[in-house]
Amino acid sequence: MLLIGGSAGSLEVLFKLLPMLDADLPFPLVIVLHRRSSGDSSLSDLLSTKTLIPTREVEDKDPIAATNLYLAPADYHLLIEKKQFFSLDDSEKINFSRPSIDVTFESASEIYKSGVVAILLSGANEDGTKGLLSIKKAGGRTAAQDPQTAQMQFMPHYAITHHAVDLILNIQQMAEFINQLE
Amino acid sequence: MVEDEDIDLLLNDLFEIYGYDFTSYSRASLKRRIVRLCSLDKFPSFVELRYKVRSDPDYLKRFVEEITVNVTEMFRDPSFYKSLREDILPILGTKPFIRIWHAGCSTGEEVYSMAILLKEANLLKKSLLYATDLNPSVLEKVRKGIFPLNQIKQYSESYIASGGRLDFSTYYTANYGQAKFDQELSEKIIISTHNLVSDSSFNEFDLILCRNVLIYFDKDLQDRVLKLFDASLGTLGYLALGTKETLKFSAIQNKYKQLNREKIWKKIQ
Repeated sequence: MLLIGGSAGSLEVLFKLLPMLDADLPFPLVIVLHRRSSGDSSLSDLLSTKTLIPTREVEDKDPIAATNLYLAPADYHLLIEKKQFFSLDDSEKINFSRPSIDVTFESASEIYKSGVVAILLSGANEDGTKGLLSIKKAGGRTAAQDPQTAQMQFMPHYAITHHAVDLILNIQQMAEFINQLE
Repeated sequence: MVEDEDIDLLLNDLFEIYGYDFTSYSRASLKRRIVRLCSLDKFPSFVELRYKVRSDPDYLKRFVEEITVNVTEMFRDPSFYKSLREDILPILGTKPFIRIWHAGCSTGEEVYSMAILLKEANLLKKSLLYATDLNPSVLEKVRKGIFPLNQIKQYSESYIASGGRLDFSTYYTANYGQAKFDQELSEKIIISTHNLVSDSSFNEFDLILCRNVLIYFDKDLQDRVLKLFDASLGTLGYLALGTKETLKFSAIQNKYKQLNREKIWKKIQ
């Protein structure tokens, strides 16, 4: 499973990254973005214009299938259950955020263990670092957007300085990295 | 690190000693809540938490309160309330008497939102709102109708977005950082503990609201609870779920028709 987490400044990264990705990636791609808490679902429509990968904003208990892009819905934490499906949780915000990147990253690492690859993008928040650390600990691989290329450096920089990151990538390198994953 | 086997043991204790059945709750979320409580209450390990739950009925109260999620707000998803106002209440208004059930109401913010809608539609007098939850302590808050004042600005904005035209402050009295909602609203609210996992149907309703409760249940329990709602709804009654919840793929889906983009279904047979 590939996870991408992002906050302020990460949407335009995705707009550049998604068109460069192979349409038939053999694993599910899960995106967790900090976004306004309104029930506005147009973000998934917007993302789907940038990729041929089938894109869906997650509803409760949706099954997880390979070659699909899943977007965490606004105002819910996105969790992963054992039997290959998602569940949602509207408990307290974590790092001032719901969805929280940490919550999904930790949940994925618990279920998929070393089968998780996660990338943390631009943002102005500490969210994501704890999640990356638990992925590393479970044997998964982690990457952060090169802060030099990020609109908001804080989030990837925080992850890097807390030793949560194996690779530091610009957008082009991110695409190459993802396309060669199995 | 809490293992799944540990959770199974704890859930087994809860059922055998206290009759609370959490075994069909969504495991990922439940586990997060238990780990969170373990660190919140500074238990050195999971074993101590389990011992405390087993041996201290007072702590059990806190445990149940903390592992269930009691985050709620007034007029959450304003477009949903707008649809209740415009599409549902005019139809319910043709009935001589309106019964509404808020299942898993937590601290009651949604119940008071509904009472305000009914009042503005001139239907409150002939309505009764049943507010149920498995936690007695949150129901105490519903009874008082007192909510933190620092949330009111946002509630007021959502109220307006839902089609509310009055000054929101006409509904409450502010005091010591709290907003106490009018008795006219609370006296129409009937409060009772009810556990969706183990309790049965207790009345017939025209509208059942259960928003962001089913997400905490696994598929099988969701199906059981939906059947309970079905047994508690009159024909042509309405069922409202959270924005990311669905009747699709459930055992009762063929008896219901979704009204519009909001998660409101009408019982058609």
